[in-house]
Amino acid sequence: MSLSVADAAAWISECARVFAANRNYLTALDAAIGDADHGVNMDRGFAAALERLPEAAATGDVGALLRVVGMTLLSTVGGASGPLYGTFFVRLGGACNGKADLSPGEWVAAFDAGVEGVRFRGRAEPGDKTMVDALLPARDALRAAVKEGAELPQALAAAAAAAGEGMRATTPLVARKGRASYLGERSAGNQDPGATSAYLLLKAAADAWS
Amino acid sequence: MKKLINRPDDVVREALEGLAAAYPDTLRVHLEPGYVVRADAPVTGKVAVLSGGGSGHEPLHTGYVGRGMLDAACPGPVFTSPTPDQMFEATKAVHGGAGVLFIVKNYTGDVMNFEMAAELASAEGIEVESVLVNDDVAVTDSLYTAGRRGVGATVLAEKIAGAAAEAGQPLKAVAEVCRLVNERSRSMGIALTSCTVPHVGHPTFDLGDEEMEVGIGIHGEPGRSRVALRPADEIVEMLVEPIVADLPFEPGDDVLALVNGMGATPLLELYVVYRKLHELLEAKGMRIVRRLVGSCITSLDMAGCSVTLLRCDDELLRLWDAPVSTPALTWG
Repeated sequence: MSLSVADAAAWISECARVFAANRNYLTALDAAIGDADHGVNMDRGFAAALERLPEAAATGDVGALLRVVGMTLLSTVGGASGPLYGTFFVRLGGACNGKADLSPGEWVAAFDAGVEGVRFRGRAEPGDKTMVDALLPARDALRAAVKEGAELPQALAAAAAAAGEGMRATTPLVARKGRASYLGERSAGNQDPGATSAYLLLKAAADAWS
Repeated sequence: MKKLINRPDDVVREALEGLAAAYPDTLRVHLEPGYVVRADAPVTGKVAVLSGGGSGHEPLHTGYVGRGMLDAACPGPVFTSPTPDQMFEATKAVHGGAGVLFIVKNYTGDVMNFEMAAELASAEGIEVESVLVNDDVAVTDSLYTAGRRGVGATVLAEKIAGAAAEAGQPLKAVAEVCRLVNERSRSMGIALTSCTVPHVGHPTFDLGDEEMEVGIGIHGEPGRSRVALRPADEIVEMLVEPIVADLPFEPGDDVLALVNGMGATPLLELYVVYRKLHELLEAKGMRIVRRLVGSCITSLDMAGCSVTLLRCDDELLRLWDAPVSTPALTWG
């Protein structure tokens, strides 16, 4: 199975649905260790991306579609998640420029570029209690599954599962990046909202492409 | 939640429209993307000073736009950094050919968004300098946190950098004096109540009737510790001691003091705070040579206060005393 423009659009539609449904959940996680805006911001960003989706899909270019999503998130989400997810999608799209279809291997390379974009922008390391803690295990699982010859739906399910584990593993961590780091030890015991939205993003891909 | 609003989604835009209607001689408001510029922008040949951040801290930043202070302010949604496209459009609107100074409070989101805006402006051939404000002594500055937060010193940095720019100083010099203000300033705050973000509808954290939160920032984020409420004089001591020890401030220092309300604290109580501050600093052999008492950098409807001290010299005082004409700060 290859990944088409319609598949990419289905992923973004599913993201918009998922972030609307989890708006209060993400905001509540953020209220515990941040500033209570993560769910609101993600919902606003993906709702705007959904609006621009028909025009972006009409390009017939997976790369162009994902870059439009990235630029939309950059200009609508704000906070730290705006530049982080914006950079993720812009790099993801940049890695598959001009392609109407992506092979699993090409998708792995693109996802890799997106995750590296997040690390470049946020300068976070694994274990800092950020979205990187969900994205890196997802990237590794995706890469390993595709290498073993798995089809994309199975590889994405494995990536989402790994992101979920990474997300849950942020709970005992003490935050070293972002607003939660101001709490010091008091940030431990709370699941990271950024790792949670990263998991939801991966889960949406697995669900949209199953 | 009881708030004087229409709909949570409209708060920021409607406040900007109100600001534009109230101060047409001082500033202009642009919507989509949202930014505020001084009425006569761009001023040819003058360095432009631009700041921004989440809304909910008013009068910061929009209330400080005008002659002698900010050329532009970019308000984000409540407690959420504005976006690079906003900052870039504002930059182009105020660039008078002498470069643009970004004053950035040290929060992860603000830093990343301003970084991306600076990249966009450089690509357009506009010279940009950025100064990070990080004066909050409540946060341990180490490799293991996002670093100290920018709080009260932001107001002082905007006033003083704005005066330097107004006096015709070049970009490097304006950035340098702005950095100097940050290096010589320290702040700390406490909260008596949490605040309620309009979109959320309930307080960000719960604080008992007999409790206070020490070391809060300006986003309703909880502080470093929660302790039993005590009289104002003791609270002022809890704020002043870490501030003085950190720089450190020394006997003989001339300081500018900001006693800041967090949004829901009456001026009556801030004067009580200033009274004790004055007494404590005098006992330490320091002299308050200028002061600002009021709600200057707030956290929506939070009750509480912060204290900021800046070690002054003649040059900083001259720039502080220079004329300023903005909605929230006017003299000279």
